[in-house]
This record gives sequence, structure tokens and C-alpha cells, in this order.
Amino acid sequence: MEAQQPLANTPSLEERAYRIRRNALRMGEVQGQGYIAQALGVADVLAVSYFHALRYRPEEPYAEDRDRFLLSIGHYAIALYAALIEAGIIPEAELETYGTDDSRLPMSGMASYTPGMEISGGSLGIGLGIGVGMALGLKRKNSDRFVYNLMSDGELDEGPTWEAAMSAGHWKLGNLICIVDVNRMQADGPSTGVLNSEPLAPKWKAFGWHVQRVDGNDIAALVRAFDAARAHEADQPRVIICDTKMAKGVPFLETREKSHFLRVEKEEWQPAIAALDEGRTS
Amino acid sequence: MSRTKGPWRGGNAQAGLGTAADADKPRLTTSAMIASLAAEGQRTSPAPFGHALIEVAQDRPEIVGMTADLSKYTDLHVFAQQYPDRFYQMGMAEQLLMLAAAGMAHEGFVPFVTTYAAFASRRTFDFISQGIAEEGLNVKICCALPGLTTGYGPSHQATEDIAIFRGMPDLTIVDPCDALDTAQATKAIAAHDGPVYMRLLRGKVPLVLDEYDYAFELGKAKLIRDGADVLVISSGFMTMRALEAASRLAADRVDVGVLHAPTIKPLDTETILREAGRAGRMVVVAENHSEIGGLGEAVAALLMREGVRPPAFRQVALPDAFLDAGALPTLHDRYGISADAMAASIKGWLSR
Repeated sequence: MEAQQPLANTPSLEERAYRIRRNALRMGEVQGQGYIAQALGVADVLAVSYFHALRYRPEEPYAEDRDRFLLSIGHYAIALYAALIEAGIIPEAELETYGTDDSRLPMSGMASYTPGMEISGGSLGIGLGIGVGMALGLKRKNSDRFVYNLMSDGELDEGPTWEAAMSAGHWKLGNLICIVDVNRMQADGPSTGVLNSEPLAPKWKAFGWHVQRVDGNDIAALVRAFDAARAHEADQPRVIICDTKMAKGVPFLETREKSHFLRVEKEEWQPAIAALDEGRTS
Repeated sequence: MSRTKGPWRGGNAQAGLGTAADADKPRLTTSAMIASLAAEGQRTSPAPFGHALIEVAQDRPEIVGMTADLSKYTDLHVFAQQYPDRFYQMGMAEQLLMLAAAGMAHEGFVPFVTTYAAFASRRTFDFISQGIAEEGLNVKICCALPGLTTGYGPSHQATEDIAIFRGMPDLTIVDPCDALDTAQATKAIAAHDGPVYMRLLRGKVPLVLDEYDYAFELGKAKLIRDGADVLVISSGFMTMRALEAASRLAADRVDVGVLHAPTIKPLDTETILREAGRAGRMVVVAENHSEIGGLGEAVAALLMREGVRPPAFRQVALPDAFLDAGALPTLHDRYGISADAMAASIKGWLSR
């Protein structure tokens, strides 16, 4: 199984990111709420993950030879659903059910609800540790697949994240790639004020990781970083620290006072989609 | 409340202190953290968990062992020696241990995970709940020092582990009695598909149940000894104590039955209701656990719910307290879970 390669007539990564944002906004509109600022911010990372880096077959989301993608940040589910829809793992029509009773797309991501959701990540800080176990398991099976763990900068507050980081370094888990979405905003305010985890790169490096820090809204930079992470030769786990901008792609939301749970009024969803459409690059 | 000026716990060992009753007794010293429960001269079997695990793992290459720096103290070293490439030393990081086990189970392996019961229950609850149990992953959490099996003090005494774990949906909870039970339970949980918490007796483990017509079955309570006056429902090594107490009480013509219920969850409601429903018997639930939230309360709720009313219901259990440090025999007497203390309690209850 090979990575999703852009063919002549397949959408560009920019277009994929646009569609992921659009799917997320449409889900936000259905529910009247959602962690939309995070979803818009991380859309480029997901586009590069699902349409450049990951190896998978949409019709067989649990194939043994897939790369694993763990969503440690359960409340980013709206973003991952948007990507899974774009990837063809979830039918687009299902978007209308987001967050409604008996939907396969609940507000917080859970493995038992959604095809393509590998773990239940709502209790923050557990993804990387599970990723360590999966990476050890894949090595036991002599698999050359990667485990990707997407986490937020807020999850760096959690102790188990660092137990896992130390363990990954100890076991030299070259098949583990951690993506940290640094949007600098936690439930109670800016990350650096809640609990400052900077400087990030030296920390990960000290734990034995191959470290890159990139603009998480620069698709070309992300592609280079994912390629470098996969190609890195030493037996080290790899982390890509992605600085992202919350609400990216919808200017009037980007400039709104930032909060963990961005309020969007009922009448603002359509203008938000219109603003996104206006900025469409392809 | 500040403890900076005392009073201090302990202190009776200082010269001239202590009760009159204690005066002519030698003071025992706190045994090593992992002292055997075996009474002097009692038959034992070494590391029944470790040996059963290597036996079952022989034909099950997907079984792996994982620990948080406690393989030697949980008998997992036996597995590690036999299958070094299937053993994962995860470091003294219990939260990671549970998460990594979840990851291994995601990949189709069956991790047998060991640490102390206090750490698994108190420290890693959320990681077991959300990483393992919520997804029904096939992880076996086998923990030494359950209840009051170390004199080390509250840091290592898991007197509330069952209370903590009973609240976790889909988790099977097993509390074996002796070496035979531990070995058979190890094989049974390996054959069971789903998350399990097992209380582990390790080291030189007493061997008792081979003298009875008994075999461990997951989810089943077994009547080990019948008796007309009292029915003891027990789990863990308290079944061994109950059998000892029953022999002593027999000398006083008190006829005590013992129903061993090593699977705490799901409880064998059918057998318990049948035995507790037999007319005229006081029901005593005996467990190496706090009186809160363990087998006793589980049985009490079951009997109430189903309208089964024994003439009396009593608990032999640890008090709802942070227990003393000290030698195990001293502590088991002090808190009423030695065979002598248990026999005395039952006699007292019957005479009222």
C-alpha cells in the first residue's frame, strides 16, 4: 500500500485543506457549535497527513498494512471527521448528523463510534502512550507502518505525555511520528500562561526525539517536514511541532478574540463558509 | 489539620508505652514488603502466576508481559526469563504502562501487565478506563500486594482496589485464594477475551485448595465446605482463612460453610442467591479489602435486591481507614482478618 499520491487530476493539498475546513464548518452549522477554531487551524496538517503521508485504503480503514493515525485530542473530532469524509472513509451525507443523538460522529472522538477513529482520545494526554504500545506492537510484527499521533500543545501539560516521550526515546521507536498542534490556546487561556511548556524543541530533543518545528499552516513546509520525518534514518521517534493559527481560513473568525471554545452565532456560519470560499486558492 | 506537632501514629514501641495486654508479647518487626502470607509449616508453591503464565504462553505467541519496574515482585520475571523477547520493561511509569498495553492490544497482542495493586487502582484508573476498558481491549492487569498484604503502610496497601475497580464498566475482577487458584485463574483469564483485573499472590504462595474438590472457573462461585449454621462468602486468601476459622469453630460445634467467590465482577449471582437463600444461616462476607465497596457490599446489594433475607448479615473486612504499618500477623489480628480473629468474630455474632 502506497501513500496517497497526487495524480494529475486529483485535488491539490490546498484544495484538500479547503474541503476539510468546509466540511468542518458545515458540521459546526448543523450542531450550532463545535471546536471550529481548532478544526480550521489544524486542517492543513490533516490534509498533508491524509493526502500526502498516510498509507490507507478508504474502503478498508482497519487494514493491517495501514499507517495508524491516532487522535489524542478527542475534541478535535470535528476536524478528523472532516478529513475522514474527504478521504472517503465516512460518507459526506453523514456530516449532517454531527453531534446529534445516535450519530456515528459524536462531539468527542471515540473508536467505538466512527470508522477510521483508532482510539478514544477525549481524556487528554493518552494518545502518545497508546502510540508507544502500537509502535512496539508493529515492530513485534515486523511491520514497516508508521504510527502518527496528533496531539495538542495543551496535552503537553499531562504527565503521561512525557512518560510516553521518554519511553519512545528509550525504545528507539523510529516508527512513531508525533504531531503537536501548537495553537497556544487552552480551556483557561493562552497555553504559555496556563502552563508554559516552552521551549518545546529542546525538550523533545532531550527525550531522544528527531525534532522539527514548522508553520503548521504552510502546506509546502508541512510536506517537507512529513517527508523528512519519514525519511529520517536514525532509530529515533519523530516529532513535528506545528505552529498553527486558530480559525485559519475565515478572516473574521481569525481576528475574533481567541478562546478555546469559539462562539459562532447561528447567522455567522454561512458567512464563514462564504469567507472560506473566497480564500480558496485552487 | 497540621500534623507538625503530632500526635504521631505508632509510638507504643517506645520504652514504657503499650497496653498491659501487649506487655509480655514480643514485638514483631515489619516484614519485607513482599512477605509470604504462608503460616509456618504451611505448604506453598513458588510463583504460581509466573509459572502458569509461561505454560499458557507456550502456545499463545500473542501473549506478552509488561511491567513498571516490578517484574521481580510480581513473579513476571519468570515469564521474562522464559521469553525475554516477549517481555517489556516499561519503567516506573504506570500510566504509560497501561496506555502502552492498550496500544499492544490494539495490535492484536494480549498483554499481561503487572504492578502493585495500589498503583494500578489509585494511579492509573483513567488510563485503564479510557485506554483499555472503554474499548474492551484484551489486557490482563495482574497486581501484587492487594488489600492488606504488606506491612509497609498505606502507600502500598491497596485496601480499596476492588471498590475502585468495581465501578469500571466491562472490567472483570478476579481475587484468587491460593497457589492453585492463582495458577488456574491465570489460565482462565488468558482464555477470556476482554480486560481483567486480577489480584495477585506472589512469591511462596500458600497451597490449600488442592485438598478440596475445587477448580477455578471464571465467573463462578464454588461451595468448598458446607455448613448448617453460618455461610461465609469469601474471596482471595480470606477463603483460606475462612476454612481455618471453620475448622476451629467446628470444635465448638459451630458448622460453617464456605462459598469461595473469586470472581468479584461479574458476580455469580445465581450461586450466591441459592446458597444465601438456604434457610437459617447467618451470612458472613469475608474479604481482604475495605468494608466499603468490595465483595461485602456487592453481596449485600444483591441479597437486598432479590429479597433474600438471611437471619443476619456480617462483614469480615478491613476498616475504612488508612491502616497501620507493621508486621502482617499483627495487622491481620488487629484488623480482624486473621483466622483467629475471624473465628472469634463469628462466635461473638452467633452468641448475640
